[in-house]
Amino acid sequence: MDATTLPRQEMAGDSLARHRRRSSWLLLSPAVILLGLWAFVPLVMTLLFSFQRYNLLYPERRGFVGFRNYSYLFSDPAFWTAIANTLVLVLGVLAITIVLGIAFALLLNQNFPGRAVARLMVIAPFFVLPPVAALVWKNLLFDPLDGLLGWLFTLVGLHPIAWFTTDPMTALVNIVAWEWTPFATLILLTALQSLDTDQLEAARMDGAGPVNRIIYIVLPHLGRPIAITIMMESIFLLSIFAEILTTTAGGPGSATTTLTYLIYIRALLDFDIGGASAAGVIAIVLANIVAIFLMRAVARNIEA
Amino acid sequence: MKEEKASLPGMIAAWVVAFLMFFPILWMLITAFKTEAQAVAIPPLLFFRPVLSSFGAALAQSGYVHFAENSVIVSLVSTALAVIIAFPAAYAMAFQPPRHTQDLLVWMLSTKMLPPVGVLVPIYLICRDVGLLDTRTALVIVDALMNLPIVVWMLYSFFRDIPRDILEAAQMDGVGPRGQMTHLLLPLASPGIASAALLSIILSWNEAFWSINLTAAHAGTLATYIARYSAPEGLFWAMLSAASVLAVAPILVFGSLAQRRMVRGLTVGAVK
Amino acid sequence: MATLELRKVGKWYGTFEAVKSVDLSIADGEFVVMVGPSGCGKSTLLRMIAGLEEITTGDLFIDGARANAVPPDKRGLAMVFQSYALYPHMTVAGNMGFALKMAGAPKAEVKEKVLAAARILQLEPLLGRKPRMLSGGQRQRVAMGRAIVRNPKGFLFDEPLSNLDAALRVQMRTELVKLHQALATTIIYVTHDQIEAMTMADRIVVLNLGRVEQVGSPLELYHHPANLFVAGFIGSPKMNFLPARAVTVGSSEITLELTSGRRLALPAPAERVAPGAEVTLGIRPEHLVPDAAGPLGGRVDLVEHLGAETLVHVKDEADGTIILRTDDLTRLSQGDDVSLALNLDRTSLFDASGKALALAAAA
Repeated sequence: MDATTLPRQEMAGDSLARHRRRSSWLLLSPAVILLGLWAFVPLVMTLLFSFQRYNLLYPERRGFVGFRNYSYLFSDPAFWTAIANTLVLVLGVLAITIVLGIAFALLLNQNFPGRAVARLMVIAPFFVLPPVAALVWKNLLFDPLDGLLGWLFTLVGLHPIAWFTTDPMTALVNIVAWEWTPFATLILLTALQSLDTDQLEAARMDGAGPVNRIIYIVLPHLGRPIAITIMMESIFLLSIFAEILTTTAGGPGSATTTLTYLIYIRALLDFDIGGASAAGVIAIVLANIVAIFLMRAVARNIEA
Repeated sequence: MKEEKASLPGMIAAWVVAFLMFFPILWMLITAFKTEAQAVAIPPLLFFRPVLSSFGAALAQSGYVHFAENSVIVSLVSTALAVIIAFPAAYAMAFQPPRHTQDLLVWMLSTKMLPPVGVLVPIYLICRDVGLLDTRTALVIVDALMNLPIVVWMLYSFFRDIPRDILEAAQMDGVGPRGQMTHLLLPLASPGIASAALLSIILSWNEAFWSINLTAAHAGTLATYIARYSAPEGLFWAMLSAASVLAVAPILVFGSLAQRRMVRGLTVGAVK
Repeated sequence: MATLELRKVGKWYGTFEAVKSVDLSIADGEFVVMVGPSGCGKSTLLRMIAGLEEITTGDLFIDGARANAVPPDKRGLAMVFQSYALYPHMTVAGNMGFALKMAGAPKAEVKEKVLAAARILQLEPLLGRKPRMLSGGQRQRVAMGRAIVRNPKGFLFDEPLSNLDAALRVQMRTELVKLHQALATTIIYVTHDQIEAMTMADRIVVLNLGRVEQVGSPLELYHHPANLFVAGFIGSPKMNFLPARAVTVGSSEITLELTSGRRLALPAPAERVAPGAEVTLGIRPEHLVPDAAGPLGGRVDLVEHLGAETLVHVKDEADGTIILRTDDLTRLSQGDDVSLALNLDRTSLFDASGKALALAAAA
């Protein structure tokens, strides 16, 4: 039998396989259909809206306007401010969480009594309700008059900073980084624990000190997990919303208005459906770019 | 993999880090037991007589209990929904994989990569037109759909740990997929199912974007409440802390119970 | 009651042919053993019969009805897995009664049938235990009990004894044979152990690399192997193989020259062999005797005393090692030179492709 011709019954399908396939699709269909609708329909609607002029306050004045919403958007300084703020937020948080994540993972990877408790303490911030996290930081800690940090500043002779007035972005990045460092830590810690200690021992025998061991053995091993963490976090960080709403409402001015917040303002405060949808499409495109890289990396790992 | 005991500086550093990270939560917890006057005192009080009056005030706040109820209901129902839909799907992917299972899984996860803000407009409008604004139903559906990929993913990875020949034995015993799911997978994968459910509950409870934008006084969850209605109350810090503690404590407890397993189920794809 | 028929059944994995066009007919109540080395396709074949693997080509008939598209839960066959595959969260009784319970049988009936099967397998005291509290042998019996309770058309065994220790294996072999006699149900049994095959089977199917090498009763395979593979696979220690060349071919006699130059004469095979053809001489260890006038020989390399018998390894530089089976009265020891004679009635001859040449004198 010619090795390149598959036998006839493969194609005939009057077989167990067909029975199984039917059963599989039956089992999968609720999930697939629902997710498909959820992923597809709103997306298409957003796209359609983005080409329309549509304001909820004047619903009768609705019509197709092509790319006008987009050109308005691109010529609107508020949009570019929002993009800049988004980048600052995402990149800032990424930088902090990855660096701290590596450090914390290395620390938690050690064997010491009470290690499980310490780990829980480090992980805890991730489980706090975002509005709560924001308010705790804003009021209890950052508040220049009555907050803890303000008091600590006066202790060392510094004037307490009114964070949310003078440097809101820093404060915001701080809060979000606090929330998300556990995420990076957890992933990197798990990755660390899969590192073969034999390699480290061999390096030690070769005379590498702890710092060198970290640089040459640990960090390369963490290369892929770091990349994946960066990608996953970026996607979630793009959507940060509650923290902004609760602390600064995008301000002062538009100092902390990210793309996400801008869309919220446009959609639910200005009722500008068309404009908000156009901005929404931009947000989706940005997220997709990152997601494509992420999915390829994850898919490769799923095979394993 | 034998680990050597940590050096003293290493251990101290670890504890310092743990303390610093946990500190805001700790501080919130402490403040919750203070009176309002104590809460805003400078220098901050470390030693004081704890009172429960702030908790009382928080609970007495109009609607707090109501919002808490909503959080509970929405989390539980959306999780139940997600698990029910995900279960057969995960079964099919684990044991009767159709030709493009990997792609399917990746696609499902990719739906989670959609920034919610991108579809804020249509979802809001749909809810408005269908009369689902400010209803728990809307949140239940949205949360279930948002968590579905993760629940499927986790169930799938736990199902793969079940030895295949047990299910084949069941097949030979004359038991079809439904029987296998009910009598074998449910009991054998129950820890995994619990972890997936727990994660879904946590994600749903903490979900702030849709809660804030789709619900208000009637169906709002704790996230809605704290984000929107605590602004004027921002001055009452002890009460705010108490309310926050109440809002956050269940999740912290759940999270600590389940985090090890959840990480295992989730990071199968990310790390090797 | 189950008759099984396989017509040109084959299995392809992509472009890899794992099972090549198998034809087999199994009568009701037969104990058929499929045996072969790892990777020969025997488990795949069993799973195709069970319905756990798709049949790529060919047809499977169970009791005369084409069963290719019938799902495993509807074929009426019971399988005992190599890993036993017991349901870990159910008791022994639960495991055994599961199929009946799922089929909707009333509780009393389930209980009765479980007890009956437990009695046959001596599992009664274990009925309340969970699998993790059982030994390997006990688990194996539970797996069998689970199959018996269903009163299936046929039993499929997938290397059920390979996880047991040697003593237990011997014991289970006899129990299985007795079980078969008691139940009289068709059994298809897969193993890589040719001893199991020889002791238990009504008929043996020898498989190699997806192909059926020979089907026959144990003694048929032993005394009349169809080719080199079967001859070498069945019987332990292995048949001795000596490469040779046909020197003179007469009508009643044929002379072979071995690599060492030694010559011996055999009765001529029924098929004509060309002079100069490469052949292989096969002789089993028990059909050799030390004989000063014997045509074979060499130096004793190793003597293995097994008690009931002694195996003598005789090594010749050119011909290789011949193993001779004798009793413990032998005087041979390492380093001795010895000549061997062979029982010409029991000699096998294989052509260059490995196919057996039927000797005219063979019974």
